[in-house]
Amino acid sequence: MNFIEGAPCRAADATHIQSTQEDEYNFGYLDEQTKRMIRRAILKAIAIPGYQVPFAGREMPMPYGWGTGGIQLSASVLGSDDIFKVIDQGADDTTNAVSIRKFFARVTNVNTTERTEEASVIQTRHRIPEIPLSDDQIMIYQVPIPEPLRWVEARESETRKMHALEEYGVMHVQLYEDIARHGRIATNFMYPVKVNDRYIMSPSPIPKFDNPKLHMSPALHIFGAGREKRIYAVPPYTIVKSLDFEDHPFEVESWDNCCGLCGAKDSYLDEVILNNEGERMFVCSDTDYCTHRREQGHLGPMAAREDIAELKGERA
Amino acid sequence: MYVAVKGGEKAIDNAHCLMAEERRGDTNIPEMTVSQILQQMRLAVDRVMSEGSLYDPALAALAIKQSRGDLVEAVFLLRAYRTTLPRFGISNPIDTSAMHVRRRISATFKDIPGGQILGPTFDYTHRLLDFTLAAESEPRPVQTDIPDEAPMPRVMDILSAEGLLEQKETDGEANVGDITRDPVTFPAERDIRLQNLARGDEGFLLALGYSSQRGFGDSHPFAGEIRMGDVAVSMTPEELGFEIEIGDITISECEMVTSFTGSKTELPKFTRGYGLSFGYCERKVMAMALVDRSLQTRELGGDIVAPSQDEEFVLSHSDNVEAQGFVQHLKLPHYVDFQADLIMMRSMREEILKQTKADKKEAA
Repeated sequence: MNFIEGAPCRAADATHIQSTQEDEYNFGYLDEQTKRMIRRAILKAIAIPGYQVPFAGREMPMPYGWGTGGIQLSASVLGSDDIFKVIDQGADDTTNAVSIRKFFARVTNVNTTERTEEASVIQTRHRIPEIPLSDDQIMIYQVPIPEPLRWVEARESETRKMHALEEYGVMHVQLYEDIARHGRIATNFMYPVKVNDRYIMSPSPIPKFDNPKLHMSPALHIFGAGREKRIYAVPPYTIVKSLDFEDHPFEVESWDNCCGLCGAKDSYLDEVILNNEGERMFVCSDTDYCTHRREQGHLGPMAAREDIAELKGERA
Repeated sequence: MYVAVKGGEKAIDNAHCLMAEERRGDTNIPEMTVSQILQQMRLAVDRVMSEGSLYDPALAALAIKQSRGDLVEAVFLLRAYRTTLPRFGISNPIDTSAMHVRRRISATFKDIPGGQILGPTFDYTHRLLDFTLAAESEPRPVQTDIPDEAPMPRVMDILSAEGLLEQKETDGEANVGDITRDPVTFPAERDIRLQNLARGDEGFLLALGYSSQRGFGDSHPFAGEIRMGDVAVSMTPEELGFEIEIGDITISECEMVTSFTGSKTELPKFTRGYGLSFGYCERKVMAMALVDRSLQTRELGGDIVAPSQDEEFVLSHSDNVEAQGFVQHLKLPHYVDFQADLIMMRSMREEILKQTKADKKEAA
């Protein structure tokens, strides 16, 4: 490679362009000092469940919004003997999940898996796996807006005060307004929770269907917001309560259908439009769960159809 | 047949190959070299270095080539590279009055000690497309006086000596914040604000600065001085204990001056706004100086009434790497959350329709 052919450029020396090879990046891309800074923030977050710890987020080689917070957390907690799983929308094969998994395979050389039970670290966007997590697993969430109070108060200087003083009345007022207007609580994802009876926390944009999985979970859940530079956590076996009222208890969504491929009735279902006639089917958003069930012989009503090979994962 | 998008590794790899092919364009046309960009697209290089907050013209030029001329993308590439660089130390504050000046103008005085130096500028050119540039051309030889090498005091220092200018207590090099090492918290002090603005998107600052001139805010500024040239960067390594020069950088600097009629406790005086960038980014430093002045409203005891005065608004949204990421992340799949909304929407409609039907029956 020869970038600069004898160009008289002041203060510019191109030799260092050539000396930087991809392989020279540190384990996990970030340097050790940065990883240490992030680990300290994680420890603080674990010590104060639900509290948003500011950290000096770094620019990553993926854009903000693509999960830079989660990526920095994974980069800091992954060790060489970890087994890493990445999901986006519950699926291992969505473009961004593929791209993040590839990145870590390259910069850490860790083994990756699609099996929930096999993974020691799972990075996710928008879902919690259907299979219950165990106490030797870490869930890492990609968070766009860490502040649950942001929609009632735009200012950081105000929301921090509200958290400090446990001034959470406005959140209940907002839920009440929903009920007054619509007869129900109209928040369906990023549904706020109260952690360990103290901090109100955003569970990241997971559907409220997944909220109950956080309660008393044996796994460690850590949340990273790269652009907003915040880390927070739900330690193992912590009380996580979705906000509600006695006469309007928290409810999760339900479907009249089961998964068209594996017949599951207990999983979160995505609706897929199959053709221009508007024919639809419902499939598990958790692709690993669905595959596993089909391997065990569970078949849904549409499993035999041949025009959905791609959905069944039979075609690359 | 329409099926849900399932992105495989193959699709991603192919997309990258397509991008590389489009970047190269027609292979019958010679490939552009990084040094050509460095030499002939210098203002783009300067913008990318400034907002990328890394002074490295060759890498900035490479980033521009790789990003096909998309400067925000190039800034992003440079920032992502910057993260991986080790930090050897902290340089001493640069002294812009010792600048080797290539351009220097003041709009507040007819003449200034050291003189007005127009330098290379688009100002006063007629914006007529120059068709001779369509063919390759040699520039006309230039006749200039060699600028005086003596230090050129800043215009604002002259006003300051008269006591007409607000005095900033500075603590030298001690305790200057760094938003790349500590997250921004509010209220933010001026060092933090200036660093944020220096990295901020030129277009965003331009619009905000413009709004402050048009009446969204109360700013009637004068360009006290704009200068561009080369300054030496020095540092004092601990093991040496004395200052050494490590190189020269080109910078642009702008000081805006705004009259302030004083308050109960203070005499009327001039206040200033400051802008600084790597390379030659004159529009950026002027806009930055306007916004810097606007953001001092809180400290000067004024009411925050305009967007450019609101530091949470300005500082949280100025960074184009952050902004482009969050805006564009909307193209990532969101179907799980959308499904949740879909379910609610349908069941709410169902409920209402059922209710209307029942009401009608009752009425009948």
